[in-house]
Amino acid sequence: MTRPVLQLSGIAKAFGGTRALVNGELALYAGSVTALIGENGAGKSTLVKILSGVHRPDSGEIRIDERPVQIRSLPDATRLGISVIHQESVIFEDLTVAENIFVGARPTRHGLIDWRTMRARTRALLAQLETPLDPDLPARSLSIAQRHIVQIARALSHESRVVIMDEPTAALSHHEAEDLLRIVRRLKDEGRAILFISHKFDEIMAIADRYAVFRDGAAVGAGVMADTSVDGLVSLMVGRSMAQDYPQRTAVAGAEILRVSGLTREPEFTAVDLQLRRGEILGVYGLVGAGRSELMQVLFGLHRADRGSVVLAGATVNFASPDEAIRAGVVLVPEDRQHQGAALGLSIGDNIVLPSLAGLARLGFCRGGRSASAAREWSARLQVKCRDVDQPVEQLSGGNQQKVVLAKWLLAKPRILILDEPTKGIDVGSKAAVHQLTSELVQQGLSIIMVSSELPEVMGMADRILVMRRGRVRGLFERGSADAATILRAALDS
Amino acid sequence: MRSRRDLGLGALTAALFGAAALWFPGFASFAGVRSLADDSAILLLLAIGEALVILTRAIDLSVAANLALSGMSVALINRADPGLSLALLIPLAALLGAALGACNGLAVWLLRVPSIVVTLGTMAMYRGCVYLLSQGTWVTSAQMSAAFQGFVRLRLLGFTLLSWLALSGVLLAWWLLRYTGTGRRFFVAGNNPQAAVYAGVDVGRTQFLAFVLSGAIAGLCGYLWVARYAVAYTDVANGFELQVIAACVIGGISIGGGVGTVSGVVLGCLFPGILKNALPLLGVSPFWQTAVSGLVITIAVIINARDPSAGRRRILENRPA
Amino acid sequence: MSTARSRLGSIGGMLMRWEVFLAAVLLADLVFNSLVSPYFLDPLTLSDATFNFTEKALIALPMALLIIGREIDVSVAGTLALSSVTMGLAARHGLGTVPLAALGLGTGLLCGALNGLLVAILRVPSIVATIGTMSLFRGIAYGVLGDRVIKDYPSGFSWLGQGYVVGVVSFELLLFVLCAVLFGMYLHLTIFGRRLYALGSSPEAAAYSGVRVTRYRFWLFAATGVASGMAAVLLTSRLGSTRPSIAQGWELEVISMVILGGVSVTGGRGTIPGVVLAAMLLGFVTFGLGLKNIPGIVMQIIVGMLLIVVVGLPAVGRRFGKTGARSQY
Repeated sequence: MTRPVLQLSGIAKAFGGTRALVNGELALYAGSVTALIGENGAGKSTLVKILSGVHRPDSGEIRIDERPVQIRSLPDATRLGISVIHQESVIFEDLTVAENIFVGARPTRHGLIDWRTMRARTRALLAQLETPLDPDLPARSLSIAQRHIVQIARALSHESRVVIMDEPTAALSHHEAEDLLRIVRRLKDEGRAILFISHKFDEIMAIADRYAVFRDGAAVGAGVMADTSVDGLVSLMVGRSMAQDYPQRTAVAGAEILRVSGLTREPEFTAVDLQLRRGEILGVYGLVGAGRSELMQVLFGLHRADRGSVVLAGATVNFASPDEAIRAGVVLVPEDRQHQGAALGLSIGDNIVLPSLAGLARLGFCRGGRSASAAREWSARLQVKCRDVDQPVEQLSGGNQQKVVLAKWLLAKPRILILDEPTKGIDVGSKAAVHQLTSELVQQGLSIIMVSSELPEVMGMADRILVMRRGRVRGLFERGSADAATILRAALDS
Repeated sequence: MRSRRDLGLGALTAALFGAAALWFPGFASFAGVRSLADDSAILLLLAIGEALVILTRAIDLSVAANLALSGMSVALINRADPGLSLALLIPLAALLGAALGACNGLAVWLLRVPSIVVTLGTMAMYRGCVYLLSQGTWVTSAQMSAAFQGFVRLRLLGFTLLSWLALSGVLLAWWLLRYTGTGRRFFVAGNNPQAAVYAGVDVGRTQFLAFVLSGAIAGLCGYLWVARYAVAYTDVANGFELQVIAACVIGGISIGGGVGTVSGVVLGCLFPGILKNALPLLGVSPFWQTAVSGLVITIAVIINARDPSAGRRRILENRPA
Repeated sequence: MSTARSRLGSIGGMLMRWEVFLAAVLLADLVFNSLVSPYFLDPLTLSDATFNFTEKALIALPMALLIIGREIDVSVAGTLALSSVTMGLAARHGLGTVPLAALGLGTGLLCGALNGLLVAILRVPSIVATIGTMSLFRGIAYGVLGDRVIKDYPSGFSWLGQGYVVGVVSFELLLFVLCAVLFGMYLHLTIFGRRLYALGSSPEAAAYSGVRVTRYRFWLFAATGVASGMAAVLLTSRLGSTRPSIAQGWELEVISMVILGGVSVTGGRGTIPGVVLAAMLLGFVTFGLGLKNIPGIVMQIIVGMLLIVVVGLPAVGRRFGKTGARSQY
């Protein structure tokens, strides 16, 4: 049995009155990928922050090569051979690729920055990662996948033995995710210890050799991947067994409520035809860059189309602003929850009533009582876990934030609810709750368009699936009429 | 990294200079260029200091008041003791300015007060202190020693020491921002303050340093100003801070931080400088000059507003908690 | 700083700790002033004192809304100067009081609309846009008037800035109180105010929730322009003259009033009562100092220090108090 490169035992950390970690245990081995699994709030982020030197543990021990160490700061962590690839890219957009890689460790000559060496070493590192990029390119022009590569290059430049990856494929397309996993395997073969944090079980099963599961701030299980299954992992995560099923529904779709014909907005999408029926979930599947979000933004009135028509319940509409769309009963739950979905600095209640203020007011004057009770009602109905509706949304977990966003739109009494990646970055438990809610809503007569990049989700939830690629509609499938491979091919074929 | 904007501005500046030179033969003469350099020198130095601060996503509204206070202080000392060597006085001015800048920096770093608020406050405070120090009196050229006034006018290869100082400042700043870790950290801190900590950059400390440097430059310029104009009074350089900021903005220093070049700042000072020197020759009354420069600034910011990085940033955001 | 978050419910539901603090300091200053200057509490003296701040405070009202909306306008003094100069020239041509006032307001509106165009529609960051327009407006005032002064105003005009409505209550004061009430109602009682708080707190999320962001921004700048125009009418009327250097430095005093009043420069927070209290505080402090013949420029030192201390206090409190935990992990 080889010795672990990195070992944590008994790590505890509290912030004020909240105990983020109670008993953190972890062992990472050279040349292997360990998946760190847990719901939101289980303590994964705190663990990562402790390992990267941002926080110091209240108690417990960290050992590297079985020697106890102290990680007091970021430079400490780097010196000890630990690198972190964050979900929110640590990227400086107006600096070049080369400088991003060497930020904090710039090569010098006679005390001055040696740009030539920096560029050369950048080229070498990127070649190692099979990603030829111009070192002088401004980082702003990089895609999310490329930004991750830059972060990995940064880790390589430090010759890190421990590489921690926090949800690295969260915003990547299928293809880019595969590339990334290939790089992870290569890093593993070079003898590094990888800690891979993810919510996506298919990836975890594909890439990880070992697993470590956290729940409520403590390690509840660890071992070799081959000895367990997805079900086993999930039950460790949530403390109970959970069928990864999607809610069953008897699909009874009514009359057509939305008809989109030839909608075009260059260069984002072209000649899109789409029909939505009352009481149905229309899944919109495709890879990143297919133009789905852009299409939804036009339907919501954020942008104008160049050509084409949108007919809502028999009347032609051309929304000039989200305000008009909302009044017509079309609402959008955007992909970017933190900046677009919810106003993090405002309270739960303020968020929930925001689009519906006009309806809750009299002659423009707010009726505080009515607003507050409406907010409380919807917050309770969706079971938002919080102290009260005056709590700022930023203090909630991702899943609960999404519930607030949903509550907001449901209060606005929409006819059509557009969901853009509604369960992205949410833990298993909240995900199921959102699915359940979505299912109930259509049964009550709401019509839903669900944009998703997760094929199982689309296949499990949608009555019909619209597939887009590169801004065009490539196929429309009835539920059950096609298998996953067919749908995927439609999304990938040129 | 030469941006297209710099090239465009450079071309415009050159075109303006060319046009002025064609119209007024004296403009492109040696004397004309020397006078242009002299007129732009102080603005250039201050703009470089301000640029450092803006790069870190902060702003310094107190530079002119700092200038006035430092300048008045050394002028008063010179009046009281004309024999005191300039080798002491000039560094003293810079040191004083640095201390004043440090006050700004500390408030931004440790008290976490947004820089616009801090420098609004210190602007008023420093200006008031000028009055207190001078009791409302003026220090006139008759009261200043010959050495005090003469130093800036000394010629070296045809150009005044003032112009050479400005040039040195430009070169130093360029060197600092391009070849030192300290300089690069200004960009890192301003570009992405939330992520900067992960790159080992303490945003607060970096901003503090920027304020100290900006203050030191302002202090030095305090001496340069009172020496050049041979007078020191309470309202010295009143309102000048906005010209300084305008020069930075015209020169492509993004108000959101993290973006900008020294060459841009130079152009941002030269362009309005040439305009200001050309306008009187065109017979434009001095009273209209403010309006013209205001118009120029407004047009420049509209052009610069096509700045994709300004999208998600708050203006003059304070650091994350 | 003000912790008055935009809570659901009536004004009473809002935490008014900052406003209470301001009121206490104001009271303390009034007591101090009355002890130091024997005739301070005389109604006429107090009324005189209000002239000190009502014009600036008028501008501070929409400025507060602007800053809550995460914008800023440093061109207000320039707008004031331009309005004043416009009125002066029109007065020379024999225009009467009411048309003059309308002209002043109209000029302010145009200036504000230009700012609105730059910021809301052309998306120029507000601080740089208004630095530009500040020079532009002030510059035009100088260009048109040079170093001359205009003093020929119609006889009725002076009542606006110097007249009294009932007893010692001046027209200026009444106008300010009216505007304060209107702005207060707008911000705290209407849905428009709620949307403004959302806009300032998170512009993107507000846009995605149907708030017409561009419209709000434009009208905020327009309103600030009108208020500057109104202040121009009152100030010009009170001084009885126009010169291009009128109201020099006022933009920073107005902004100081707003910030002292508890409005955060990062947007999304602040109250009108706070701004009103801050305006009164600054007004009475400077008036009291003026009675003691302390020069204005020295008063600036105190105001400047006050500003920094006031905004910095919560940070100091947080450092030495609890270890502010954000339960986000």
